Amino acid sequence: MTTAVARGTIRAPQRPGDRIFSTATVVSGGLILAVLASVAAFLLVQSLPAFVAKPEDFTGGYTNFWSYVWPLAFGTLWSAFLALLIAVPLAIGIALFISHYAPRKLSQGLGYIVDLLAAVPSVVFGLWGIGVLAPLLQPFYATLVAWFGWIPLFAGPVSGTGRTILTVAIVLAVMVLPIITALCREIFLQTPVLYEEASLALGATRWEMIAMAVLPFGRSGIISASMLGLGRALGETMAVAMVLSPSSQVVFQLLTSQNPTTIAANIALNFPEAHGTGVNILLATGLVLFVITLAVNMVARLIINRRKAFSGAN
Amino acid sequence: MSTTTMAAPMTNSLTAGKLPKHSGLAVLLGSWLVTAAVFFVVQLSGASESFNIAGTLFFGTVLYCVAIYLLSYFVEGVRKAKDRLVTALVTAAFVVALLPLISLVATTVINGLPAFLTPTFFTASQRNVVGAGGGALHAVMGTLLITGVATLISVPIGLLTAIYLTEYGRGRLSRAITFFVDVMTGIPSIVAGLFAFALFSLLFNDPGIRFGFGGAIALSVLMIPVVVRSSEEMLKLVPNELREAAYALGVPKWLTILKVVLPTSLAGIVTGIMISIARVIGETAPLLIISGFTASMNYDLFNERMMTLPVFVYTQYANQGADTQAYLDRAWAGALTLVLIVMLLNALARIIAKLFSPKLGR
Repeated sequence: MTTAVARGTIRAPQRPGDRIFSTATVVSGGLILAVLASVAAFLLVQSLPAFVAKPEDFTGGYTNFWSYVWPLAFGTLWSAFLALLIAVPLAIGIALFISHYAPRKLSQGLGYIVDLLAAVPSVVFGLWGIGVLAPLLQPFYATLVAWFGWIPLFAGPVSGTGRTILTVAIVLAVMVLPIITALCREIFLQTPVLYEEASLALGATRWEMIAMAVLPFGRSGIISASMLGLGRALGETMAVAMVLSPSSQVVFQLLTSQNPTTIAANIALNFPEAHGTGVNILLATGLVLFVITLAVNMVARLIINRRKAFSGAN
Repeated sequence: MSTTTMAAPMTNSLTAGKLPKHSGLAVLLGSWLVTAAVFFVVQLSGASESFNIAGTLFFGTVLYCVAIYLLSYFVEGVRKAKDRLVTALVTAAFVVALLPLISLVATTVINGLPAFLTPTFFTASQRNVVGAGGGALHAVMGTLLITGVATLISVPIGLLTAIYLTEYGRGRLSRAITFFVDVMTGIPSIVAGLFAFALFSLLFNDPGIRFGFGGAIALSVLMIPVVVRSSEEMLKLVPNELREAAYALGVPKWLTILKVVLPTSLAGIVTGIMISIARVIGETAPLLIISGFTASMNYDLFNERMMTLPVFVYTQYANQGADTQAYLDRAWAGALTLVLIVMLLNALARIIAKLFSPKLGR
């Protein structure tokens, strides 16, 4: 047979397996978007009554929803900010220790140990925070207020129980530490060995090698890890609900018994007993928390997208 | 030869300008001794009642950082000094992170063991129990049921999405999914609980709805993005050469994914799934909201309140009855159970990763 060869693009045969498989993946991908949209939609629908709630529906003498939610939103951001301030430098240090300083044989086991911290449930952290950490820190806080009380952050009177926003921030920091560490470690380990060996061969010390090869390579990874940590710190509920002695107001002092509580902790403490419009108000504060975390994550994503990470697949 | 006039003794040019091998350790011990001496004097002077061990170690380490930097700066130069300082700081960071873990595990074990070892803890519920006694069987059952269902929902969706993102995804849909999966990882757990509550209370028109399956849905919302992210990372690590080799042999794309890409990254994916289970199994807030709490057994996911271990811990702590110690003991025992489950999952994940991971360079 010498018929002319058909010109044009050669199409791969369409196999049913391919069709089914690719459709399944697209559907599950789309499902995720649908879930996120429905989270927003259902929360919004259920919170509508809260926005028009009458003053008598609020506990604590608030006149409208926004005056109710503002101190809570402040507490949420403030505690998460403090936690990240503690956790991020520490996490980068730990990740570097595990990936580049610890003996190679030990590093696997050390990574496992830090991962264990990630797996500890938040309610256990809550028990630990109130049973161990708060009493441990209280004398230290008293000294801090006595010596450094002139700094507005450390102004007194000192809390007698140690259940302050700083304790909460430390507990939160411990909780987000392993997440940030695990991600940073993975990223640091992915640094091309050639870069590291090249800089060492040029006479760089270990720190210079890290500063020149590892950290620039892992920068977007560090940001994304911190973002995940921030997400967990913002929404962390039980540890805050159990450790903090709450008072819904905007204060920056770290060591007094008057602490701004967080949205999540407020919901957890009040939801089981809430009824009627009270439920809608709590759902609405949940919506505010959702919007805050959404905004934080989106900003973080935009930062990361500006510096696209390299990956094996492209 | 005029070298005979050299006055200085011969130095080993290879070790010149370097600190001796164990000088770091020596300086560290020295700094601890110095601070210990200072604190001892403080104690003698009566300013504090007892010898401050924590303070000694802390300030001793700070002193070490300063001392090793200065020593190295004058002997080895600024670059080496910086290197030594960073080494000290990085190691200190790791030790600092270990302290809460050790303290946490120790307190949980010590406080949890008394109630954990009572024979009824895993054979009885809290029904009709006032004061000491009873157990957490209802909570363990609830946790296993709810987490199991959540895993059954999350793993297929998460894994398929990850495959879509790495293998098929092009253009706007894939970018949108990547973006929103990242956004979803930041969803606070309590919002997931509120979502499940809002959804089902509208669906069933019941303003006080509490049931187990809602908890599973809430946990899935939290779990899916974690599974997607970890699986996606693992799939991305599969070298493109493997895929290209399979295509070159004429293997269809879906078979390439099933037989080449997935097996190569399987260990990582399973590890990720285990870790995501470990993450959601300890979630308290969403279950507190949608599954509620009860003192009785409940095997039915679709009816009535269902107790779970984290909520058990919380309620035992929050609603302490007259016999406070019994409730606290049970709370710690529940915490110990949770920690054990989670550690078991992690260990399992490690073993799987170790046994089945392909042997690649590092």
